[in-house]
Amino acid sequence: MLDRAIVAELREAVGERYYKEDQESLVTHSYDGTPMLQSLPDGVIYPGNTAEVSAVMTILNKHRIPLVSRGSGTNLCGGTVPVQGGVVMVMHRMNDILEVDLQNLTATVQPGIITKRFIEHIEGLGLFYPPDPSSMSISTIGGNIAECSGGLRGLKYGTTKDYVLGLECVLASGEIIRTGGKLMKDVAGYDLTKLLIGSEGTLAIVTEATLKLIPPPKHKKTMLAMFTDLYGAARTVSRIIENRIIPATLEFMDNPTIRVVDDYAKLGLPLNMAAILLIEQDGDFETVERDIELISEICHAEKADQISIASNQEEALKLLTARRSAFTALARLRPTTILEDATVPRSKIADMVLEINRIAQKYNVQICTFGHAGDGNLHPTATTDARDHEEIHRVEEAFAEIFEAAIQLGGTITGEHGVGLVKAPFLEWKVGSAGIAIMKNIKQAFDPLNLLNPGKMFAKETRRRVVLNRG
Amino acid sequence: MAKSTAEALRQTLKIKLDYDQLTNCMRCGFCLPACPTFKETGLEAESPRGRIALMKATVDGVMEPNDQFEDQMNHCLGCRACEPACPADVKYGQLIEQARDAIEAHTVRHRGWVKVVRKLVFKQLFPHQNRMGLLGKGLRIYQKTGLQTAVRKTGAVGLFSKQLADLERTLPKVSGKGVIQQLGTRIPAKGEKLATVGMFRGCLMDSMFTETNNKTVRLLSEAGFEVIIPESQNCCGALHAHSGETHDAKQLAKSNIRAFQEAGVDYIISNAGGCGAILIEYDHLLHDEPDWREQSEWFAKRVKDISTILVEKGRLPQPSQPQSNDRVRVTYQDSCHLRNVMKGGNSPRKLLAALPDVELVEMKDAGSCCGSAGIYNVTQPEMANQILEHKMENANATKAHYIVTSNPGCLMQMKLGIDKHADNDRVQAVHIVDFLFDRMVKS
Repeated sequence: MLDRAIVAELREAVGERYYKEDQESLVTHSYDGTPMLQSLPDGVIYPGNTAEVSAVMTILNKHRIPLVSRGSGTNLCGGTVPVQGGVVMVMHRMNDILEVDLQNLTATVQPGIITKRFIEHIEGLGLFYPPDPSSMSISTIGGNIAECSGGLRGLKYGTTKDYVLGLECVLASGEIIRTGGKLMKDVAGYDLTKLLIGSEGTLAIVTEATLKLIPPPKHKKTMLAMFTDLYGAARTVSRIIENRIIPATLEFMDNPTIRVVDDYAKLGLPLNMAAILLIEQDGDFETVERDIELISEICHAEKADQISIASNQEEALKLLTARRSAFTALARLRPTTILEDATVPRSKIADMVLEINRIAQKYNVQICTFGHAGDGNLHPTATTDARDHEEIHRVEEAFAEIFEAAIQLGGTITGEHGVGLVKAPFLEWKVGSAGIAIMKNIKQAFDPLNLLNPGKMFAKETRRRVVLNRG
Repeated sequence: MAKSTAEALRQTLKIKLDYDQLTNCMRCGFCLPACPTFKETGLEAESPRGRIALMKATVDGVMEPNDQFEDQMNHCLGCRACEPACPADVKYGQLIEQARDAIEAHTVRHRGWVKVVRKLVFKQLFPHQNRMGLLGKGLRIYQKTGLQTAVRKTGAVGLFSKQLADLERTLPKVSGKGVIQQLGTRIPAKGEKLATVGMFRGCLMDSMFTETNNKTVRLLSEAGFEVIIPESQNCCGALHAHSGETHDAKQLAKSNIRAFQEAGVDYIISNAGGCGAILIEYDHLLHDEPDWREQSEWFAKRVKDISTILVEKGRLPQPSQPQSNDRVRVTYQDSCHLRNVMKGGNSPRKLLAALPDVELVEMKDAGSCCGSAGIYNVTQPEMANQILEHKMENANATKAHYIVTSNPGCLMQMKLGIDKHADNDRVQAVHIVDFLFDRMVKS
């Protein structure tokens, strides 16, 4: 619990009822979407505007108290667990769409707005904001920015970083900065906007964002291709791209996932398939029809065993159900679901899936893999039980080796979930020691007292590489 | 709360709460947008994920089960909209009942009149069908003798608590006679018999909405079902189970199982979503009593809502053709328990949409709770009123002439909503059975 005098200052800054330190508030801000992590903060604060955020940060800076800013806490990297105590700042009250500029096609929003609510509003105006993380019905735009969230449309449309034009942020000192703006071109100095996106609340608190909007696609078509040969599926992914076709969505499910999904959703999927690809293209009518035809030809050439193309919206929904059921089906298998996101160049997907399966077998754990094949972002998902410490240990070892394998294949330890607490021991594997040093210097420049989301991104120690002498 | 009491409550929570279910919650947050109290407040603690975290924290010793913990458990409406939204299939409804059961075993501190209402309703009234009948008779006298008019005119309702006064205004015209007194215990099927069904008459339904019960029986008979109404049945126990009085709920369940088994019916029909949901879960309610497994499973798998059996198995009467070109506009307010627990939200819509003179207009968030939730609107008036106000905004936007419901609690709440917040006088709240009967059978 914080010193009474500091609490009084904080209450003065935001209003009596918007600083809480009762047990209920502390417990319900001690976790996020990451399994097995919990740490109580000293207080929870709900600011109402940028000035209040700035005032709060000034007070905390003066007393050297850490702060974790958060939206809905749906992240999967432990990014918003207050591991060093301090104050959790919930951005939910700052949830306005401040402006939609139809001349510049931009929207300016506060960080606490729910992503889906924002998207619905924008679509109601006949416009399109593509980033669509699976958590969008509850996650906030501020959280999306902090984690640089991706989604199913990332392959063609990019992720959150491709749609943020400008930010207003509060620094650890309490000072307010603005980066970028409604500009399509801007090379004045370092690109702080891009730097702050995905900085996981370690550099500044986002209080306002200007987002890019685009015209929506006119037409959409969905298909499912099933393969008994894993490499056939993987080659199909590469060849679609090689043929200069960028589908809106190109999703993947491996055999263990197919079995679990079918058992759960009773979709009648063939259980002998090594992989299923879900492909969606959007755009002009002619382009979509031509692309889907070309993609089917590629699928045939790569010996797809079955191809189904949806002839209408209802059929498309049925095809999408298979992929959408994956998470739900896996979550019901065992009590604890650990969903990771190792990412490789898309030409290496088959190798990565085989590696994951080999590693799962080696450690005797169940890992099913699905994910965004089009951008190489795979979600190996372990189903386990947090109470079985010995098994959890094996799962952790298996994941360490999976990240290792991803890096060996030219990939990365996380494609869209972020580093947070969970991946911190692996970050150096990806960026190297000089990379870590420069990142730490950047952190130092923004937050010299290490008050913003401390303990995240940088681990005290880098994990030992699992396989040291690998050919 | 004193330390020793808190520790005792923690021990009881440890015993009562299903730790597997607490562990199954993976904190993904998918339940948050489905939760009415989270929607109203935006507070994590007012969400299913938050409440499960609080339960787990008390059991794990991370927090003390204090007054605030108790209040938060009672703040949940129990609508169970979070369950269909949960990827991991966490049985939240069971967890909240277990938490309340533990709290009930320890609590010393219901607020004065809440205590009185609870005791009256749970112990003295609902478990005794004859007393419910008497209540009906009393109400009839109250209404018939002009006492009601006098009470309203003199402002004597103001003597009740605000919430009870509100409820008083929504009371239906009561006949004083239950369905058995009016129709007997065995009503034959019209035409060739499709099946024999047992009618669950309910307490509120039979004392205050007897007409709806009569019409339920006649609809079933028209649709080809022989209807048996076992006389020895009693209250379903839903309110008891939801409020932590699990022991009483179990006793009521056993007595109902006996009654319907003796009647030897193919299906057990409920016309109240709230009752139906607990009836269909009797096997869960009695899960720790192995002697009752077979009987409770027999019972649970036979339970169907009136709308569901009409759609799935019935021979529906041909609706009368519209007299003129005037179509009535109708919107359907889901019964949470019919939708989220009995999974029967589609059937009422199918029935309504099939009527020739009806235009069914969905209101925004039709599936979210209206705030009635058993006796929640009496015990948690502030939140209930807030939810009702938002519900009525959505209902008003449809410009419907009728708000159709499938549960007496929802029906009374919607009547109250119309009374307080409707933007035109023509809108009425009506039970789906009454609505269907008037259009399918009466004319």
